[in-house]
Order: sequence, then C-alpha cells, then structure tokens
Amino acid sequence: MRDSTFKSAFNDRTAKTFMGVLFGATLLVTVLNQLFPADSALHVSAYTVTLLGKYLCYALLALALDLVWGYCGILSLGHGAFFALGGYAMGMYLMRQIGDRGVYGNPELPDFMVFLNWSELPWYWHGFDQFWFAALMILLVPGLLAFVFGWLAFRSRVTGVYLSIITQALTYALMLAFFRNELGFGGNNGLTDFKDLLGFSLQSDTTRVGLLMATAVALAGAFVLCRWITGSKLGRVVLAVRDAESRARFVGYRTEHYKLWIFTLSAILAGIAGALYVPQVGIINPGEFSPLNSIELVVWVAVGGRATLYGAVIGAILVNYGKTVFTGIMPEAWLFALGGLFVAVTVFLPHGLVGLVSEKWDNIKSRFASGDKSPGSENAVEGDPS
Amino acid sequence: MGYRFGRMLTAMLVALLVSVSWAEEPLQDPTAPPRTTTQSSVDGIDIPPLTLQEIINRLTSRSFDKKEAAIRQLAKQDNPRVVPLLNALMNRELVHNRKDDTIALGLKKDGQWELRDPESRQVIGQVDSRAARPVIINNRLRTVINNQLALAALNDPDSDIRYQAAGQLIGNDDPEMLAALAARRHQESRPRVAAQIDTALNIAALHSDDRTTRLDAIDALAGNLHPEVKNALNTRLLAADSSQETQALEKAIARIETRIETFQTADTVFFGLSLGSVLLLAAIGLAITFGVMGVINMAHGELIMLGAYTTYVVQQLLPSSHEWSLLIAVPAAFLVSAFVGVLIERFVIRFLYGRPLETLLATFGVSLILQQAVRVIFSPLNRTVITPEWMSGALEINPVFSLTYNRLYIIFFALAVFLALLTLLKKTRLGLQVRAVSQNRATARGLGIRSERVNALTFGLGSGIAGVAGVALAQLTNVGPNLGQSYIIDSFMVVVFGGVGNLWGTLTAAFSLGIANKLLEPMAGAVLAKIVVLVFIILFIQRKPRGLFPQRGRAAEE
Repeated sequence: MRDSTFKSAFNDRTAKTFMGVLFGATLLVTVLNQLFPADSALHVSAYTVTLLGKYLCYALLALALDLVWGYCGILSLGHGAFFALGGYAMGMYLMRQIGDRGVYGNPELPDFMVFLNWSELPWYWHGFDQFWFAALMILLVPGLLAFVFGWLAFRSRVTGVYLSIITQALTYALMLAFFRNELGFGGNNGLTDFKDLLGFSLQSDTTRVGLLMATAVALAGAFVLCRWITGSKLGRVVLAVRDAESRARFVGYRTEHYKLWIFTLSAILAGIAGALYVPQVGIINPGEFSPLNSIELVVWVAVGGRATLYGAVIGAILVNYGKTVFTGIMPEAWLFALGGLFVAVTVFLPHGLVGLVSEKWDNIKSRFASGDKSPGSENAVEGDPS
Repeated sequence: MGYRFGRMLTAMLVALLVSVSWAEEPLQDPTAPPRTTTQSSVDGIDIPPLTLQEIINRLTSRSFDKKEAAIRQLAKQDNPRVVPLLNALMNRELVHNRKDDTIALGLKKDGQWELRDPESRQVIGQVDSRAARPVIINNRLRTVINNQLALAALNDPDSDIRYQAAGQLIGNDDPEMLAALAARRHQESRPRVAAQIDTALNIAALHSDDRTTRLDAIDALAGNLHPEVKNALNTRLLAADSSQETQALEKAIARIETRIETFQTADTVFFGLSLGSVLLLAAIGLAITFGVMGVINMAHGELIMLGAYTTYVVQQLLPSSHEWSLLIAVPAAFLVSAFVGVLIERFVIRFLYGRPLETLLATFGVSLILQQAVRVIFSPLNRTVITPEWMSGALEINPVFSLTYNRLYIIFFALAVFLALLTLLKKTRLGLQVRAVSQNRATARGLGIRSERVNALTFGLGSGIAGVAGVALAQLTNVGPNLGQSYIIDSFMVVVFGGVGNLWGTLTAAFSLGIANKLLEPMAGAVLAKIVVLVFIILFIQRKPRGLFPQRGRAAEE
C-alpha cells in the first residue's frame, strides 16, 4: 500500500531524528550528572539517570511489541514473560557475581539456596558465572520459548483473540511457576542484592550512566533493525499477513513462517530489554510475569500509536512518566488514570498520539496544498476484516 | 378453636419449662438433653423404694465403690432428671452440702454456692463457699457415668441420638454395655442405628473365645469404614491363632482399604465438581458475551467481584437476617452487575464492534477502574460474607466421605443457572434474537431485529450472570478487590477450551478442568496442578484452535 521510494527516504530521516533525540537526551543527562556537582541547580541525580534508563528499557520492550502487534497483527498479552525471562537470565549472572559477599558467605550458592538448605547448584545455574554465557541465554531463552510457542500456535493457525488469550495464559503459568521455591529462582522474593556487573559496582553513578548509555544504544540499534525489517520485502509480507492473512497465504506465502520469525525476534528484543532493566532496578521477581504488566505494555504502544515504532517508544516513555508522577502525588488515582487511558485511547484515539499529531499535520498541509492527496491517513491501522 | 387452644397450652408449657429450667443448661452434654415430657418432678417416689434425692445423697460417701453403686442405681431410675443429673455430676455441678449432708445442684455465684433442688431445680438457698464442695469423681467413675449416659441415649426416642450413642460405644468391651447393645439391637427399627450397633457388637466379638464367632465377626466387618474397625482388625491380626483367621482378617482389611480409596477418589471428584461449578459460574457469563457476541470482556472478573460485594452490602443492610439475605442478594447482584454491564456496552463496547482486540484493551481499562473504585469505596481489605446456617456443615455419607453443604449447593446453583440460561436462549424471544444477531447481524437487522438493543441486553445478561456467580463465590472465598482477577484467566480458558459459542461445551470444559485440577493436586500440589492444566490447554488450543466443540457454519468463519 505504501510507496516504497517515499518510504525509504522517510525511513532514513525518521531513524536519524529518532537517534538524534535519543542520544541527545542521554548525553545531556550524562553530562549534567557527571560534570556538575551535586549541589548545582543543573545537576541530575543518579535517581533520574536510573529512571531514564528504566524508561528506555520499557521503550525497547514497547518497540518489540509494536513489531508484532503493529506490523504483524499479533496481539501478544505475554510479552512481559519474555522481558522477565531475559531479566532472570541477567539476574542469575548478577547473583553468581555476588560470590561469597552474600549474607551466608557461600561462594557457590546464592543466599536463597543456602536458606532453602540446598547443597549444590541446580544444573541450569551452571555457566551463569560467565557473562558471555548469560548474554547468550538472554537471547536464547526468550527466543527459544517464543519459537516453540509460536511454531505450535501459528502452525495450527491460532489467531486473533485466541492467541492473545493463550499468550496471557503462558505468562500466567510462568508466573505461578516462578513463585515456587522449588523451581530454584528465588521464589516469591526473586533475585536481588546484586553487587556488580562485569566488575563495575552497580551502586556507583558511573555504572548507572554506563547502563543508561548501553540501554540507549540497544534501543537505537533495535529501532534501526526494526525500521530495516519493516522497510524490507519481508516487512511488506508481514504487513500483508496483518491486513489479509488468508489472501497472503493464497498468493503463496507461508504466512506462519513470517509470523514465527517476527514473533521470535520480538521476544529476543524483549529479553534484551529485561536484561538491561534488571541491573538498573536491582531486582527481578515473579511479579514481572503478571498478566497485568503485559497488558499495561500493550497500552503504552496503543497510546503512542501502532505501526510507527517511534510511537511505541513515545507511548512507553509518556505513560511511565505519567505513572511516576501520578503514583508520587496521588497513588490511588493512578489506576483510574490508567484505566481511563485504556478506554480513551481505544475509543477516541485508535491510532494513538502519533496518529493524532500526523492527522492534524496532514490537515494543515492539505490546507496549504489543497487538492493533493494526503499520505498520512493511509498508514492507518485497520481492524480485523470481519 | 381447639387447635388454637392446644397451641396456647403448649406455648404456656414451654414458657413454664424455660422459666423453671437451669440457666446453665448449655453446660450439659448436648447429645443427651433431658427428656422433658412434663414437669411432674416429685412423683418419682411411687414405685421405687428410694427417692431420687435419697439415691444421690449416697454420693456423699467417700468410697468410690459406694459412689459407683449410687450412680448405677441412679441410672436405673425411670426419671427424666437422671440424664441431667449424671451430666451435672460429670461437670462438678453436684455439690455435697455439708450442713445437712445432702447432695444438691450447686453453682458458684459471687463466692457462694447457690443451691438448687436436684429434681425441681428450685433454688433452695445460698451457702458459704466452704460449706459445700463438688462431689469428687475419678476416671473409673467417669467411665461408668459415660457408659450410663450412653445407655440412656441408646434408648432415646430420637434416632439421631441413638445413632451417636451407638457410635460412641464402638470399641467398648464392657459386658454390661454389650448386653445393652444386644438388647437394643432386637428392638431397633432404624437400619442406620442397627448397622452402627452391629459394628459395635462385631468388634466386641473379635475378642470372643469361639473361633467361628470371631470369623463371622471378621466377615461382617469387612469393608466397614468406621475408623475403629480397621484398628480392631489390625490389633486382632497380631493375635490371630490360625491361618484361616489371618487370611480372613487380611481380606477384610484389604476390602476396607479399597473402599477407603474409592471414597477418597469420590471425594476428589466431588471437589473437582465443586471447582468445576465455580468455573462454570464464572465462565458462563463470559461464554455469552465472548461466544455469542464475539466481545472480549476483560472486566468480566470485576463484574463477578461486584456481585460478591453486593452480597456483602445486602448482608450489611439486613444484619438480622443472614439466613435469607442470600435470596435477596442473588437478584440484587444480577441487577447491579447487569446494570454496570449495560453501561459498559453503551459507553465503550458499542464503538468497538468488529475490533475484538480493541475491545479487550478497553474493557481491561474498565476493569482497572472498577477495581480501584471498589478499593476506594470499600477499602482494599478483604470483606467476609457470613455463610448462612443452612449452608454450613456437611452431609456425612460415611466416616471417610462427606459432602460439605456449601459446595453441594453451589454445584446445584451452577447447574440451575446454566439451565435457566439455556432455556432463555432456546425458548424465549430474546434468546431467538440473540442467536439470530450472533449468527448474522446484517440479516437479523434486515428482518427487523433491533440489533443495538439486543446487544445491550445480551451484554447485560452475561454481566448479570457474572454478578450471580459473585454471590456464590462470596460463600467460598474472601470478598476483595482482586477477587475477579483471579478468575478471569480461568474463565477464558474454560470458554476457549469448550469451544466459543457453545454453552454445552462450556459446561463440559468447566467440569472436566475442575476435576482434572483436583485429580492432579494430590500428585503435584495445587500450584503445579494449575500450571499443568494451563499448559495442557495451551497445547490443546494448538491442536484444536476452536475448542472441544467448534462452531460450524458461517459464524465459524469470523
């Protein structure tokens, strides 16, 4: 439906603007945090640095969801699970890094295992003392789960609402499982008390800034990757699958392969987001698997605007900023606000804030050059064809 | 006239009884209430040589043997006061008044003994706390008293009391008791009581010197589920003096064990059915909104929660009538949830038809708002709904298998709601319209059905049923803001598993998932069982994406 030459030109400009804003903001925060003394008016506290890092992790997660939902039409209500799995993989590495500095001083076993009277490390904890292994697992575990789940689901043509519900069931089942002490992931309390990452203390400001930079780089990389994929031929097939799956299938595309590939990639991105999130907030627990988190994530994307990528990022940052502000001033109003946001966005803003802005922009443009066809409205996300 | 006069007389008699009776009656053994026919207490004198007072005065003796003789003699008296007096003796309420060396009913009041006549229960005076002391009894006497009380209860006109008395006597090998049991067995007309007496007699017969008597008893006890029986058989197994007897004992014990296992399975299935009926109640409203209308209502759980809170509010408004407030709560909860449901449909869902994923998000937002509203109005703490008397307790089938009434009622309630809904959809005009709109909206509209109205009513109906489910759930769990959330995923699983748009599928799915969950629980623990069931459903959906009973025809193509 889109004009390819127009798109690729637009593509580059968007990616550049996006990276410009992202790196500009990150650098600004870094400079303000590192160069100005703590009592200066321009100083940015470590808390703000971490907060921004957290938002960027959420943005990466939202980007991952936008890829499957906005472009492929798969509404996953279980993306929080991939996020949490990536987080747990990172958490396990950080846990092993504590070494004998834990409360019980056991060089081999994390505190909670000593507490549970376990005598040796479970087999699946081996290797997590090496960063390369943990990094591999951060990509592999969410990716593999998404691959197996998606392979089963897409092959038997589970679509739409059914898929949403079983992804929700998936994350719910994982949550129940991770709450169990017997599983060996710290049960209710999860993994926490981290000391350092690759030898850098997690408490120091420099590490925090470093993590923020790493997150920004990851987000920018993921953004460019997603732009590239959605602009490629594959991306166009994926769009076709979203808009008319049966037709795409009849034309001869193996639609399930395309969906599976996008779904798996998205899960890996979510896993990376989780892995970057954990050292910044300092804890990972089964609550991250809760279905509520995954649904909240969907609303970030919906608020920003689907199928634009940067819309998801904007939505994630705006909603989470709102959450921080709201829960600070009047905590009991936050759920009202969030609930109202869900309703308002779906009923009044089907294309999100980005859609609203571009619609207004198109109106202004078309007023100046009346008679021209406005391209923006064609980016609209159509509902199911039924 | 005569009838009314009779009633008045009875009422007066009852009033008299109440006013005369001991204020401390509740202390008595509730299994053996006094046999209050009339209050003509003074005429125990006529036939026996001794009056009741004279007999109990012998309890002043220091010798336990003499006391025992007095107790046995007391128990032989045909007097309604015998059982209360024996109970009083057990409870140290019979006191020895030293001043006139008699026994009286005594109660400590303000450091003094208030004495009452043992027969008429009239106050006969107050004495200093040292002027009287309770009659001392020892363990041997306690056994004697208990036996005598059991004997008295064994001949009680009320068959429930006889049944309990016989049950208490199981394992008792006092020859006097056994003789009494055998005597009672000949007159007993109730099979339940007779069976209980047989158990007691057969256990006693295990100690018989005669081998054939023993073997007969063993045969008769095979498969008997009374806990004493298995103990007695096991004890006898150690003392068995022939291989024939050992074999018979082992066979009998094995039969008992198989029966216990069978009933434990039945128990698990009952719990599964109960869980299934809860799932059915929670899911059936969803089956309508999701299955018939194609609307994903994530706020369904919160509509259940509203129903539960309605139950709570109705109870708070009618504090004196917990027994029947449920009867008001059911329609009230239906109306409240249905009203909220219609509001949701009119203000949110109406704009989102044909966009199921958006409906899912919007209704999720509604669910957050409802939850928070309840938190603000009722506080985030759990509220307890009082279970009415008729719903507590259990229906005891046998010693290892009993059905708790609340779960039993909920199973029936769920089935009743299911049938009502089925009838509504199949037999009424609204049901016809609902089915027409769900099958083909355009054609239905073309034929003059106001689909907007039907949508609102269908959604209201589904929501109302969620409210009714909330009333039932309030009886089983605490009522809190998160009540709904914990059921929403399960309900979706049930609907999807059963096949969307198929009420019978929902029924089958609810009960099979409930039973599967409870069967897995003893093997794997509650949480793991739930995970296994979830994973099973996820895999099942992959094999059969349209559930157990897929919809066919046009509607399936959506």
